[in-house]
Amino acid sequence: MGHEGDAQAASGATDRSEQPQMTSGVAAVGLHGVTKVFGEDVVAVNSMDLDIRDGEFFSLLGPSGCGKTTTLRIIAGLEYPTEGSVQIFGEEMGLRAPNKRPVNTVFQSYALFPHMNVEDNVSFGLRMKKVDEAEVQRRTGEAIELVRLSGMEKRRPNALSGGQQQRVALARALVNQPKVLLLDEPLGALDLKLRQTMQLELKDIQHEVGISFVYVTHDQEEALTMSDRIGVMNEGNLVQMGTSEDIYEAPVDLFVAGFVGDMVFVPGEIAEAGVVRLGGGETVQARTSSASGTTVTLAVRPEKLHLYGERSEAPPGRNAVSGRVARKIFYGEALYYEIDSGASGNFDVRVENVPSARRWDVGDDVVVDFHPEAALAFEE
Amino acid sequence: MTMIDERPDELPETANPELERRAERRESWRGFLHAVPAYVYLIFFFVLPLGIVFVFSFASRGRTGRPNLEGWNVDGWTRLTDPLVSTIVGRSLFVAVVNTALCLIIGYAFAYWIATRPKQSTRTLLLILVLIPFWSNFLVRTYAWRMLLDSDGYITQLGELTGLWGRTLFTLPAVFLGLLYGYLPFMVLPLYAAIERIDWSLVEAGRDLYASGTRAFLKITLPLSRPGIIAGSILVFIPSLGAYVTPDILGGAKTTLLGNFIVTQFGAARNWPFGSALSGAILIVMLLATILYFRSGARTV
Repeated sequence: MGHEGDAQAASGATDRSEQPQMTSGVAAVGLHGVTKVFGEDVVAVNSMDLDIRDGEFFSLLGPSGCGKTTTLRIIAGLEYPTEGSVQIFGEEMGLRAPNKRPVNTVFQSYALFPHMNVEDNVSFGLRMKKVDEAEVQRRTGEAIELVRLSGMEKRRPNALSGGQQQRVALARALVNQPKVLLLDEPLGALDLKLRQTMQLELKDIQHEVGISFVYVTHDQEEALTMSDRIGVMNEGNLVQMGTSEDIYEAPVDLFVAGFVGDMVFVPGEIAEAGVVRLGGGETVQARTSSASGTTVTLAVRPEKLHLYGERSEAPPGRNAVSGRVARKIFYGEALYYEIDSGASGNFDVRVENVPSARRWDVGDDVVVDFHPEAALAFEE
Repeated sequence: MTMIDERPDELPETANPELERRAERRESWRGFLHAVPAYVYLIFFFVLPLGIVFVFSFASRGRTGRPNLEGWNVDGWTRLTDPLVSTIVGRSLFVAVVNTALCLIIGYAFAYWIATRPKQSTRTLLLILVLIPFWSNFLVRTYAWRMLLDSDGYITQLGELTGLWGRTLFTLPAVFLGLLYGYLPFMVLPLYAAIERIDWSLVEAGRDLYASGTRAFLKITLPLSRPGIIAGSILVFIPSLGAYVTPDILGGAKTTLLGNFIVTQFGAARNWPFGSALSGAILIVMLLATILYFRSGARTV
């Protein structure tokens, strides 16, 4: 877990499961200019364009109230867009009712029917579609097996644990063989350990059934680890879309930079093309296209910062800012040093707790070193 | 990455079983003390009067019909087999069942409508409107209906104007109208409480799982409002069965129902033992029926 150094970050994608195959050129879900206004002027989703590919695990990531759940509900047909078009495999959904759409939803609080047992919950959709009884039995059994709940068929939802309820909700949706599965913060109610197990399990299930999952979450770590692609939303806008790597390594703005992963921010000003002058007068190289004189915020990931005792110890051609260790926090697998660089701001440096790592103490004079490629500068 | 601290799952083991038992005993004693006023009240004003009624059902009657607490017999109880009794019971049951059904249909629609108003303030206002009739006396309100339904009442005038109905006072429809009016709030309130509690995401889940609006209602909303249906039905059915004021005032003497019949026994007929036996019998039957109804409901809710 965790990237070690800049070099490895670039090749971090290789251990990921293979990229989804495109079975056709048509997007599983296509949103075009979708806008949703609640009441008079509350814009929940603002002119959203989005194509979700067939078979991909797509996450909509954003803070609460950013419109991600509304977007999901628009796809499901539980809300209708004020403007724009929603297509599922090229078919216009328009004002089609939710029961006439080839998608199913795993709801945030599962929404299991409390007056029905596991089996009846799972077979509900098939029964509503009037599938013949033998097939209902067979598919319900298979779905319950898929989520490893065999033997619990006759239990009521309130006699199940959170994780089991979550699985019933998943089986209840998947049994209908939807073309796209929509998941609204499905793991939000589970504790951390269980959430991590379920993340892996969800990913496996998605791989097994091979359909697109549209996954709404506010948990950036969850989105990063599970998704083939992520759409980051803020205040109703889709601000960035790309793979986990894209989002993490090249956030498009200050919001994405701050929302996804940890980030060190220090104020500065563009001195010349690609060079930022920090508050303390030191200049560093950074990836930016802003014109000189612009006020910017310099952003670097804590794990891409390195500490040295002297400037001369740092490799040449890299950025270096001197400071003093103000605080030291032990996290177990890593240590965080808060480096006070005076007018240049504070740098939180993450150092992996490996035997070779040099330890620093509060008060030590250090040099914060980072690669110019790791530094980003954003205009406010 | 930081691990959020996890709560320990198991409770600490009982420190000392003897102490626990003592604490439990003290707790139950305290609970009893809290209930004492209620017990005293119930014993004096519920158990005791019922006991008196029960005792009187075995009393004998003097020449003028005066009940004597001697010469114990079961005449009162044997008269329950009188065909007149079964006619009146049948009629009362019919009235109570129809009234409950009417209240349920109208009350459900109304409660559903209130419960689905988006603003809490609207819902509260509508509930207050349901309760407003209780601010005036039931008798007064029933007399008001009498005015409306009488020859020159507005409702009669409206009926004559449209040619649809005439004077309805002292007919069975008038009794139904009065009962529906009187007991509808008792249906609306528990139904509202049940419907308002329904998690609407369950209905959305149903819609998402291919149920049409109607089927989602039948398969999800309706079963989940069952506690309200049960409570409301009992609250309407029982008083409807024993209704006295409404049939008396709006039905005239023409439609004798159980309530009026019992009153007659204690008044004009001067047959206290029979009246007591009738009351006791209804009470026992209703109690058993209610228990059965709740049992069947409790299993599925």
